[in-house]
Amino acid sequence: MSAVMRYSTPAVVLHWLMALLIFAGFPLGIYMVDLPLSPDKLKLYSYHKWIGVSVFALVAVRLAWRLTYTPPPLPEGMAAWQRRASAIVHGLLYVLMIAIPLSGWLMSSAKGFQTVWFGVLPLPDLIGKDKALGELLAEVHKLLNFTLLALVILHVAAALKHHFIERQPFLQRMGWGRKERT
Amino acid sequence: MKPTTWVLLAVLAAPAAHAVEYRTVLPAQSSIRFEFRQMGVPVKGGFKRFATEMAFDPAKPEAARAKIEIDLASIDAGSSEADEESAGKLWFNRSAYPKATFVSSQVRALGNNRYEMRGTLTLKGRSREMVVPVSYMPGKNAATFDGGFVLKRLDFGIGEGLWADVATVANEVQVRFRIAATGN
Repeated sequence: MSAVMRYSTPAVVLHWLMALLIFAGFPLGIYMVDLPLSPDKLKLYSYHKWIGVSVFALVAVRLAWRLTYTPPPLPEGMAAWQRRASAIVHGLLYVLMIAIPLSGWLMSSAKGFQTVWFGVLPLPDLIGKDKALGELLAEVHKLLNFTLLALVILHVAAALKHHFIERQPFLQRMGWGRKERT
Repeated sequence: MKPTTWVLLAVLAAPAAHAVEYRTVLPAQSSIRFEFRQMGVPVKGGFKRFATEMAFDPAKPEAARAKIEIDLASIDAGSSEADEESAGKLWFNRSAYPKATFVSSQVRALGNNRYEMRGTLTLKGRSREMVVPVSYMPGKNAATFDGGFVLKRLDFGIGEGLWADVATVANEVQVRFRIAATGN
């Protein structure tokens, strides 16, 4: 077998770069919300928002790439329900990678704080200051994030299961190795 | 109307037009707003309660005077969390200094309904001389006086200790006010 078993390099780079950002942004978000007001809290909020905007920007690039490049096929022996589940989870991960930064951006506007990427590039406030809406969006943001957490756990667990239990070269699909595998 | 009536009307109207002195402030149409930057993000705020005493006669601007007393508890600092924080010792230390006052000392006409008002701003027990440009706009029912200046918060010890880091909360605070007043 010499099928292409690896995602294209840009797809791999985007996958891991976004994974890194999400793995930094998520715990940061959980940690920062309960802090008492301080300059550090303001900094962490800004970093969190910068990460979120970066994810938002990268997911656009990634989607464009995903729509033009077909991913490597799944192993032949894989059950139909697993293929379907894989497609659904991947689809939902994309939806969340868009919806989570978007909900954060809107929340920030509703709470009266414009989002300024890296303190330099201001994003427009799509909605005005509205305390009740801000609180609602905070709940939405949180709910979406915990949904993401559940899906990421599922995503990682599935990849590990295929790789280690079913002994399919699964992790290489998102790895740095040579493109052709036998 | 006969020419004499015109003359009579003109004579009656003339003193009123020249002697109008704006003294009665309309709080509902007046505002004090401010804006500062926090991590590069512009944050807007203001004070809801303030008392203004003023006298301004466009014919004698150099005799104009103003005194503004701001109730610091009426702050909107952008969020309820910041409103609470601002009361503390590091910020306004509001229990010791509940009010900010501005008292004018000199008004100079710059032409075109623009003026330069000098005065003393006292905040958190510290007084600083300020020069404030003010523009006067006569209106049908009330005149409005718009002005603004950049206040450096650290000059008044606003945001001390860990908050003195101006990279997080900028030192410059843009203050803008509008005072509406009638001559009645």
